[in-house]
Amino acid sequence: MYPADFRYSKDHEWIKTEGDTGTIGITDYAQNELGDVVFVELPKIGAQLKAGQTLGSIESVKAVSEVFSPATGEVVATNEALANSPEKINQEPHTSGWLIRLKLADKNETSALMDSAAYETYVAEKAKEHSA
Amino acid sequence: MVNFGGWDMPLEYSGILAEHEAVRTRAGIFDVSHMGEIEILGAQSLDLVQHVTCNDARHLADRQIQYSGLMTPAGTFVDDLLVHRISPTHYFLCVNASNQDGDFDHIAAHNNFDARVQNNGDDYSLLAIQGPKAEALLQGFTDIALSGIRYYHLAFGKVDGVSAMIARTGYTGEDGFEIYFDPEYSEQIWTNLLRAGAPEGIIPCGLGARNTLRLEAGMCLYGHEIDETTTPWEAGLGWICKVDKGDFLGREILVKQKAEGLARKLVGFEMLDKRIGRDGYPVAIAGAEIGRVTSGGPAPFLKKNIGMAYVPLNQSALDTEIEIIIRETPVPARIVAMPFYKRPK
Repeated sequence: MYPADFRYSKDHEWIKTEGDTGTIGITDYAQNELGDVVFVELPKIGAQLKAGQTLGSIESVKAVSEVFSPATGEVVATNEALANSPEKINQEPHTSGWLIRLKLADKNETSALMDSAAYETYVAEKAKEHSA
Repeated sequence: MVNFGGWDMPLEYSGILAEHEAVRTRAGIFDVSHMGEIEILGAQSLDLVQHVTCNDARHLADRQIQYSGLMTPAGTFVDDLLVHRISPTHYFLCVNASNQDGDFDHIAAHNNFDARVQNNGDDYSLLAIQGPKAEALLQGFTDIALSGIRYYHLAFGKVDGVSAMIARTGYTGEDGFEIYFDPEYSEQIWTNLLRAGAPEGIIPCGLGARNTLRLEAGMCLYGHEIDETTTPWEAGLGWICKVDKGDFLGREILVKQKAEGLARKLVGFEMLDKRIGRDGYPVAIAGAEIGRVTSGGPAPFLKKNIGMAYVPLNQSALDTEIEIIIRETPVPARIVAMPFYKRPK
């Protein structure tokens, strides 16, 4: 379910690092919690983001949620396909539903985030809290 | 599951968009057993109903239903409700779940009549079958000729072999039925209706779609458009406020408010870009706040973002350009006529 080459934040963002570029999205758990996504607000290319800073917002039918950057860097690409097809976030949150790409300030910064095994345990706990 | 007035209820089953579309184009089934039922019995039950509600229940025939408001002495809403006349000595009120006990206490406190008030929410399950295919689906489970039940009328009969009250009412803007029956049979009827409906694309629907459907249909939700600070006039519910029917709670104030004119009124708006004005967001004109959004969100069938808000009367005209303040940014919107959606006849 959760790709082994991603890192995960407690706020349910993922980041995939390739060289000095990081691709960022929200996890399957997060999209499932949000429900049907209808609008996405993303930063402008060139924007500087710090880890933990709001990168944009995702509007589902029932609520709006802020998305936080899991890393520090400059925005070098945004997923323009989401403007007309925000449902990609529900359908393929880990691939075509990506949000932005960052030129990372520090490639090692993401090592503090969870790996896929740790994240799976984390969301399993969350699911238990919900059903309790 | 979300906790809603003490009931654990699914916000969605397959997804709000899919459920919304099913109800508009086929049908959907809602378990709304959380709704409260209060029964008024006795020789003067009509007098009690007339005293505490603002609509005129004298005009009801047996097995006819009306939408009404339960009034405070200030002419504001304790709740909104459906008044079902079962017989001249038996009125059946369907009220909001979270208000049920407060409604019961309020009615009982004003019961200076030869009438008995019963708080019977635990005695009934309530399923709503809503959408253009609702009648065809339900007809397969009952001997009652459903085509003979007119809008806002009811009949008694068996549904899936179980004694039930079948009302042609709903909260979605579609044709449909609400069936009241012994909770013992909830699972049976729910399961059997869904099984029969599945080949027709009839699906279970949750509170999320219930809210988007009623918003699109321009219907009020207690705690949002109406509460103990709003009057029927302000809420655009003058059609249920019959001040000429005789005395009732709040009548004097309502007569006075109508004569003096309103300070504010409920309007519908649609967003002019893709952003969504949601419950509680400020409404402004040229940067100056004039009100708050009472309910706002996507209108999935209309493919727009819509909402309702209270604004000053002199700024409530159709086509007025307003701003919804979304995370400190003013976003353009326009006042439009309600209902946003009206089903084709």
